[in-house]
Amino acid sequence: MATILVVDDERDIQTLFEQHFRKEIKSGELDFVFAFSGEEALGYMKGREQGAVLILSDINMPGMSGLELLKHIKEKYEKPPPVVMMITAYGDNENYRLAMQLGADDFLTKPVDFISLKEKLKAKLV
Amino acid sequence: MSLSVAPLVVSLVLADRLRKYVKINLLPQLEKPLKYALYFSVFLFATEAIFSAVDLTKWIWHIYLLALTIFSLQQKELRPLRMFILAFVPYVLVSFISDLTEVISADFFKTSESYFKNAIGLTFIWMIALLFSQNRQNKAAEKERIKRQHEDELNRAIAIRKVELEGLVAERTAELTQQKEELELALTELRTTQSQLIQSEKMASLGELTAGIAHEIQNPLNFVNNFSEVSKELLDEMEVEMDKGNTEEAKLIITDIKLNLEKINHHGKRADSIVKGMLMHSRTSSGQKEPTDVNALADEYLRLAYHGLRAKDKTFNAKLETDFDTTIGKINLIPQDIGRVILNLLTNAFYAVAEKKKQIGIGYNPTVSVSTKKIGAELEIKVTDNGNGIPQKIIDKIFQPFFTTKPSGQGTGLGLSLCYEIITKVHGGELLVETKEGEGTAFIIHLPLKK
Repeated sequence: MATILVVDDERDIQTLFEQHFRKEIKSGELDFVFAFSGEEALGYMKGREQGAVLILSDINMPGMSGLELLKHIKEKYEKPPPVVMMITAYGDNENYRLAMQLGADDFLTKPVDFISLKEKLKAKLV
Repeated sequence: MSLSVAPLVVSLVLADRLRKYVKINLLPQLEKPLKYALYFSVFLFATEAIFSAVDLTKWIWHIYLLALTIFSLQQKELRPLRMFILAFVPYVLVSFISDLTEVISADFFKTSESYFKNAIGLTFIWMIALLFSQNRQNKAAEKERIKRQHEDELNRAIAIRKVELEGLVAERTAELTQQKEELELALTELRTTQSQLIQSEKMASLGELTAGIAHEIQNPLNFVNNFSEVSKELLDEMEVEMDKGNTEEAKLIITDIKLNLEKINHHGKRADSIVKGMLMHSRTSSGQKEPTDVNALADEYLRLAYHGLRAKDKTFNAKLETDFDTTIGKINLIPQDIGRVILNLLTNAFYAVAEKKKQIGIGYNPTVSVSTKKIGAELEIKVTDNGNGIPQKIIDKIFQPFFTTKPSGQGTGLGLSLCYEIITKVHGGELLVETKEGEGTAFIIHLPLKK
């Protein structure tokens, strides 16, 4: 079972993921953990070497931004580092460039296309 | 026999005085006879002296003097000199009677000569006394006349000066009126410029907001789209479950769909309120106070200001804190105006923390907070940041129009001055600032709850 950590300050994201991946969760194919800030996400990751194989993080969050979280994770968790996919409302080049520079594995823009996301996740994890 | 000195003197004095009077008062018809009278006096006296014919000439003197006095008393034009002429009348009469008595009854004359002499003496005293008093009166009259003349001259001078001054006053008044009109025109222009500046300041802040607004609308729209999509998927799944006869599962899915519809509705309303807020912000203030949810207003502008700044500086992040007093209820105020003030204070707060973040970088956590609190009969709205604070030397200037610390072109310098005006003048409240250099700033609005 692959655990996916979703980081977003919008709490409704949790409902969306749980419903979209209803079948996958039910079948135990995927497991989702939610954090509502960068700090919370780091707190979860602390002490869990393999706490999540994939992290989906929003960039625009109050406090620690998604990019800072990305940097921390890529620095700390070397082997094997979890896959990190960044999500942002601004599909702008600057954040894309920064995210890629910091080692992001993929980059998604809001509104999230769950169908393609599902395909991507399956391709990366299965 | 002595010469007729007295008649000569009397006739000369009388005729001369009359002639002078006639000359001054322009009476040519009388001037000539009087001139001749003078010549006649001298001629008569000379004749008398040369021929020693006193016995004859004294009668001529009498007739002459009587004629002169009667003539002068009869002239209407000489009426003012009546008293003067009368001074001579006793002498003329008494001397004539005296001589006449001597001729008619020499005996009687001899016995009463001394009386006649005394009488003539008295007439002289009478004459001198009267002339002396008249002279004094004349002098007084002359003085009076000169005085009056002076006064007249003075009055005339004053009148001329008055006309000059009036002219001057009229000129100055015209100048002042023109200046006043020019100033009024300038004032009107200034007022127009001011309202244009206020409008452009508003538009500038709206421009800064655009990106924030776009983000704030995009976010709920994303949720609307995502929740409607997932609901459709759920319905498909429900259909499958129902075909299988799995009612339990189908019911669970129904619960989820209901929840999703609620969320769609919630996010739709969120977008709606943002659009309304934006419209309200751009609209010219109605100037009408209306019951307003200050907490919602402050929360909305906090997000808008934050995302507005983020749109310009993508890497910027800040912690937003709110501490709203939920007991305040709706408060009567002009929402556009107060919204603008809150937005302005927030924009400044974000600007301050963004500047500090640029200087310090990692290790500094930008924080902007908004709080509301009911204190007695007042509402307190507090906008706090942990930026660099305001230097003490400029703290007195921050509410002045056109004062800005932002680089030229980035700030109009009108923001805080407008805030100050809105809070103090329009709402009868106060706008205070607390700041500590290097630690942050708090702007505090106090609004009276009842008015």
